[in-house]
Parts: sequence; structure tokens; C-alpha cells
Amino acid sequence: MAASSVAASELLQNMNKHISILYPKASYVIRRISTSRQRSDSQPQLRVKSAPQQLVGVVGLEVHAQINSNTKLFSGSSVRFSAPPNSLVSPFDASLPGTLPVLNTRCVEAAVMTALALNCTINRTSLFDRKHYFYADLPAGYQITQQRRPIAVDGFLDYSFLGGKKRNQVIKRTVSIKQIQLEQDSGKSLHDDLRSQTLIDLNRAGVGLMELVMEPDMSCGEEAAAAVGELQRILQTLGTCQGNMSEGQLRVDANVSVHEPGEPLGIRTEVKNINSIRYLAKAIDYEIQRQIAVLQRGGTVQSQTRAFDSKSGETVPMRDKEGLQDYRFMPEPNLPPLIVYEDNASLPTGIDACQVVVVQAIREALPELPAVKRERLVQTYGLLPEHSLTLVNEDGLVEYFEEVLKATKKEPRKVIGWVTKELVGHLKQQDMSVSQSPIAPSALAELLELQETGHISSSAARRVFQEMWRSPGKTALQIIREQDLGLVSDTAQLHNICQEVLDSHPDEVNAIRGGNKKVLNKLMGLVQRETKGRADPVLVRKIIQEKTS
Amino acid sequence: MSVVSLAVKRSCRGVSLKSCNLLANDGYSITNEEIFHRRRNIFLQSHNTHLTRLLSSRPLNSKVPQAATWEPVPLDQLPPPVHIPADLLNQLERLALVDFRTKQGLACLEEAIRFADQLHAVGTSGVEPMDSVLDDRSLNLREDAVTEGDCAEELLQLSKHTIEEYFVAPPGNIPLPTREERATILKHSE
Repeated sequence: MAASSVAASELLQNMNKHISILYPKASYVIRRISTSRQRSDSQPQLRVKSAPQQLVGVVGLEVHAQINSNTKLFSGSSVRFSAPPNSLVSPFDASLPGTLPVLNTRCVEAAVMTALALNCTINRTSLFDRKHYFYADLPAGYQITQQRRPIAVDGFLDYSFLGGKKRNQVIKRTVSIKQIQLEQDSGKSLHDDLRSQTLIDLNRAGVGLMELVMEPDMSCGEEAAAAVGELQRILQTLGTCQGNMSEGQLRVDANVSVHEPGEPLGIRTEVKNINSIRYLAKAIDYEIQRQIAVLQRGGTVQSQTRAFDSKSGETVPMRDKEGLQDYRFMPEPNLPPLIVYEDNASLPTGIDACQVVVVQAIREALPELPAVKRERLVQTYGLLPEHSLTLVNEDGLVEYFEEVLKATKKEPRKVIGWVTKELVGHLKQQDMSVSQSPIAPSALAELLELQETGHISSSAARRVFQEMWRSPGKTALQIIREQDLGLVSDTAQLHNICQEVLDSHPDEVNAIRGGNKKVLNKLMGLVQRETKGRADPVLVRKIIQEKTS
Repeated sequence: MSVVSLAVKRSCRGVSLKSCNLLANDGYSITNEEIFHRRRNIFLQSHNTHLTRLLSSRPLNSKVPQAATWEPVPLDQLPPPVHIPADLLNQLERLALVDFRTKQGLACLEEAIRFADQLHAVGTSGVEPMDSVLDDRSLNLREDAVTEGDCAEELLQLSKHTIEEYFVAPPGNIPLPTREERATILKHSE
């Protein structure tokens, strides 16, 4: 197979002899060469005779991000989710004869901005092509895309995730971005199997997409999920895509294969139909395990497209059209090359300022990217990297954290736990976003201030927090009064409680006297239990130390 | 079919360049560009189509050669004729959604490829390929403002079958006859 593919590509380059693509073997390979998805093809088939020792997964991703724009890529009809069917369709979107594409400046700018954020090289000139396939939700019979020369190439995405045994170690990775291309979205088909017909809604037909091709630099579901998560945050920060996977604004297909490290890549499968980051990780890990199992049984992995079934957590083969697919790419005759300019100095004279895309202007307008924000948090507040990761990962959490800091004198390093553990824990439990939190930043700040000034102990503060969560509107002070959670700092009262505890634990007292100071903590815990966590810990320690010395 | 268009497309580049030069020489490129822009802005308007026709069929235009300037390409300059195996034919039918069916259809296809083979005789060495005569024009960009849409009723009127506000299409692609069925059909057509 490898030999025939080499031969075929040579033939392809030889224009005068291109008729030889008619030979069926070669045409099979040409289909692959002509798609943007070539990568681990033409690898020798991985045949495993004996049980392989360490097969590892290899994952590449293709991400389709819907551009956040008012209108479609080539027409002036609006872009909106869940509008009445066919209400957002222009004659061009319905591909009526005589209509022509007119490119949307915003879509070009969004692609350039995204490309800059992903460290890509912007192609000064890029080209549009037609990619043909017959499907009722693609009324023109072809999609306008960028196959020969996309708008941007050769970028990379740095991402990190929490790993290690305790999940508190920040693991950093990089994935290469092969290219970013502009293309049209298709319409939507609703299949009515009962009456054997398909209902077509063209509202989505012609919406601008950025297709991002990530090289197979990842090895498991967790890495892919972290990479997509970081991409999603970057897109949302830039505002170039809303990034909602469940609404299809961000769609991810995963190319999965397995091999022994150092060996050529194995045969890959493409997993589609993944609509959340969690499912992405699940689908990839399932697929890696499935392929390893196939090889270990002595079988071979088949090149196919598989769908992820979120109910069973499995991937299942989709209708296989592989051998028949031929996109017949051709240059789009209605669109001259797209030219972007590096800076204002390079603009040709007499050109209309609203007719150009200037890379320099977009670069200057780039907002603070998530990675930079994390670094800033670590530097400014002395946080640990893993805390900055959690802060930036939750939408709005950084702002919340900074609001709290403004209203309290408590050190950032002491506030962070409250935000990343208590608040996020409670939010996650009820599947809420930061903006839905019943406890406002100012309310949390008030609570932390009370703890900081010694009005309540930290365990009491936790109980107050829970109460505040349950009954929004009540202030921390109200709850402390109502439930009598204030710190007990009456020395006489504490003396009595400590004495009782010491009297009932003579062994521990002896241990402390014998020099084992750690036992003191146990006794302190017992005192706290007696006072329901309200005893002033500093005072209690002093009393016990006095009484046991 | 697809192969024909591919072959034509590849070799056409040299040809289209020539025609572009022709246009540039006689000052026609300006007119063409105007038409191009108008067609973009006011598509579907009849006077525009009319304008195009008027210009291209002006009877007294001396720039248009009065007699054919081409001559047939000698057969020995062409690559050997192509024969299409049955499974490639199957694939072509699926891709093109065109049914060649008979021996005659097959002969017609091979003849079409043979015709396109003449393009191989065009000398294109050292010529940068072009996609269209507009290659040196800058792409027209549009402001991101809503100007159209909200015409579901008009669009749906064009369709034979609709349900509520949906277009109705047949369920997926219609399966074509298998290779065995094909062979039978070919035999019967002999």
C-alpha cells in the first residue's frame, strides 16, 4: 500500500500523465491526497503477530468552530441558533442560480485573530476551493472551503491539565496546529424514517466555520479534552466562537490509532458525534482500548468512521463510505484569492479601508489570553499554578476571586481555597455557573473578614458558608448570631472545657508530658468538638499547653 | 464525468491564460470587471443579464475573430486512449449521480475523455497556473451586517415538496445497481 501511494503521488504531480488516475488503485489514494485530512495515511499496516507489549494511543483532532458573526460567510443573512426553520436563508444560501458569494470581513478577521492566538503563520494570500458531495442539506452540491492554501498554517497550542496521583500536579503539553481554514457550514437534516423522507432546514447552511486541524500529538482522552478545553477558552476570550459544544458551535472529530512507541503510526479510525468535552475523553479512551483489544486478539484495525454513543459509552461503526468518497476539489471560480495585509504601510494605494484585513491591527487588539492570565495570577497573587488553572477554567471565576480580594484584607493565598474548593465544589454539585452563585463576592468577603479578625473559627466559617448557600440574602453576621457560631473566647469557660477533656484523657496528657507534642492537636480537636468548632484555637492551645506542662 | 472535468480543469489553465491576455489587449477586462461587480451586488436582476448578452453578441466587434482559429490536434500527439473498468464506472456513476447504463453510454464517456485529451497538446511549461481571469483582482469584502434572509415563504414556494417550513428531500442517496446488476444491464444493451 505504501508503495502504491508513493507511485500515485508521483503520478499526480506529473500533470501530463494525469490520466493515469483512472486506474482504480491509484484513484483510491488520490482521494486521500486531495483532502486536508492526510496524515497517518499511507503508513504500512500494523500487523501484530505476537501479543504487543506497550501499545499506546495516538490522537489527532479536527475541530470545526462556528464563527461568532452577525451574518454568514458569503451572504448577508443572519446567524442564529434555534430560529424558525429556513428563516435565516438568502437566495445564495439556497444556492439559487445566478447568486454569487461575497466574503464577510468579520469571518476573515475572526480566523486571523484565532490564528494569531494559536501562533500560526498567516498566509498573505489564501485560496477558496469547492469540495463536492451530494447531500440534501448542502444545496449547491459543494462546500466552499480552503483546500490548496488555507488562511493560516503551522501553529501550536500550549495546554495544561491537573494530573498525577492526587490530581494536583500541573502537566504541560503542546499540540501542533497544522492549519486553519475558512469554510461553509451545511444545513441540517431531520430524518423521518417512518415516512421515508428528510426534512431540510437551511438556517445553518453557509454559516462561517474555522476548521482547525491538530496534529496527532496527543496520546489519550484526557490530553485531547484538555487541549479542546484550552482552545474553547481561547476562542471564547477572543470572541471568535461561542464555543458551546452542545449547540454545535464547536464540533470535534477525533482521529485515533494505536502503535508501539517508535513504530510507524497504526491504522486510524475517525470518531464523530461527540458533543461535550467529557464525552470526547470517554470516546477516545474507549476507542484506544478497543483498538488495542483488536490487535491483541491478532486482528487488524479497520480504517473507518465511528460514532460515539453517549448512552453506552462505546463507539460504533457508521455507514462506511470510505471507498466511494471523492470530493473532486476544484478552485472556486467566483472568488479571487483572499489577500490580507501585514500592516497599513503594505496597503496598496487607493484601496478602500473597509475592504481590507490588516494583521497588525488585529494583533494589537488581541485580548489577554488564558495562559497569560494564569501567569499573571501566579505572579500577582502568589498563587500556585494549579490554582490559577482552576480559576481560569471556570468562566467568571477570576473576576469573582478578584472581587473578593478587593473587599477583604485576607491574603490571596488564603482566599483561593475558599474560591476553588468551597465555592467551585458547591457550584459543581448543583451544576451551576459562577454567575449563578447564591453567594456574591462581597458576601464571601464579609465572611472571610469575620474569620480573619477572629470572630469565628475556620470550621465555623465553613458552616456559615453552607448556610449562606442555602438561604441567600442572609449575611454572614446574621447567621453567626442566629446559630450562635461566634468564637468562644471566654477564658474561664474554655478553661473548664479544656480541664474536662484533659481529665478524661490521662494517657494523652502523659504522652504530651513525655515530650510527644503532636498529641496536643488531638486534644485540641476534642475541645473543638465540645464547642462545635467555636473555640478560639490560639487560646485553646495556650490553655492546654499551660495545663500539661 | 468527474475525471473529464478534472482533466479539463488541469489543462485549461494554460488556455485560460491566453484568453486573459486577449481580454487585456483589447480593453475588455474593464468591462468584464464591471459586470462582475454588478452581478455581485445586484444578482438576479434581468437588465444585468441583458447587459452581458448585449456586449458579448455585438455583431460588428472586430476583436472577435471572424473565422475559427483552431486546428485539430494530430492523434499521435495524444496519450493512448483510456478504457474504463467496470468498478471505476460504478464509482463514477455514484459520484456524478449520472447513469451511463449502456455500452453506448460507456463509449460516449470514453469519447469525451478522448476529446479532452487534446488539452495535453497545449504547451504550458513555464506558465504559472491560473484559476480564473480574476486572479489579479482583489476579493470584494462585505461588512458584517444583516441585509437578507427572512424569506422562507418565497424560497419554499420554489420547492415541490414542503412540510411546514421545511424542504422535503428523499431519504439519503438512492442506491445504484450493484456490479452484478450492472453487468446484466450491459449485456442486455449489446
